[in-house]
Amino acid sequence: MPTAEDIKRRIEAGIPQAAADVEDLTGGGDHFRATVVSPAFAGRSRIEQHRMVYDVFGDEVGGPIHALSIKTQSA
Amino acid sequence: MTEENTQIRDAIKGAIDDNRVILFMKGTPEQPRCGFSARTVATLQALGTPFAAVDILPHPAIREQLSALSNWPTIPQLFVDGELVGGCDIVTEMYASGELADLIGVEQPAEAPVAAEPAQAPPLQIQDPPR
Repeated sequence: MPTAEDIKRRIEAGIPQAAADVEDLTGGGDHFRATVVSPAFAGRSRIEQHRMVYDVFGDEVGGPIHALSIKTQSA
Repeated sequence: MTEENTQIRDAIKGAIDDNRVILFMKGTPEQPRCGFSARTVATLQALGTPFAAVDILPHPAIREQLSALSNWPTIPQLFVDGELVGGCDIVTEMYASGELADLIGVEQPAEAPVAAEPAQAPPLQIQDPPR
């Protein structure tokens, strides 16, 4: 079961210059909320920004990570 | 892809083409089966827009084919004019900013927006037994 810290580390490793705040919403390791700030989001639509975050986790989102709520900011 | 999956994918494409505003969700608008789906339904209802809703729970292939088509891993998924708008987070953000009302072409309601926090019932509630 990933922890909020694991999720944060993976987002920050997977997206250039990203800073992430991650909260485990239920304490169960499967519902997370992430706020991610990265200059790499600039000029991209919300859909594209959220896809970049989902892409860090591939098939795990919707699987072991039941829900990943995302808020993105470019700066 | 199996013939069944091809048929399901074609049916999903057809539904997206035929319905200007369509939500793929867990459960139904009357009985949502997930807090994120419930909140997205409440947002659309607050806008007063008619929308079609598809319950993805009856068959796992519906969700698989939808996500393959949309390149989006989670449910709910809102489409407007054939384009994926997003899931619960994006719908909520776009509602609050008025962008969703503009996109759909309705008036932004004057009353307070839908609560910012998801209304999530605890997954298990244990109550004291009756005395």
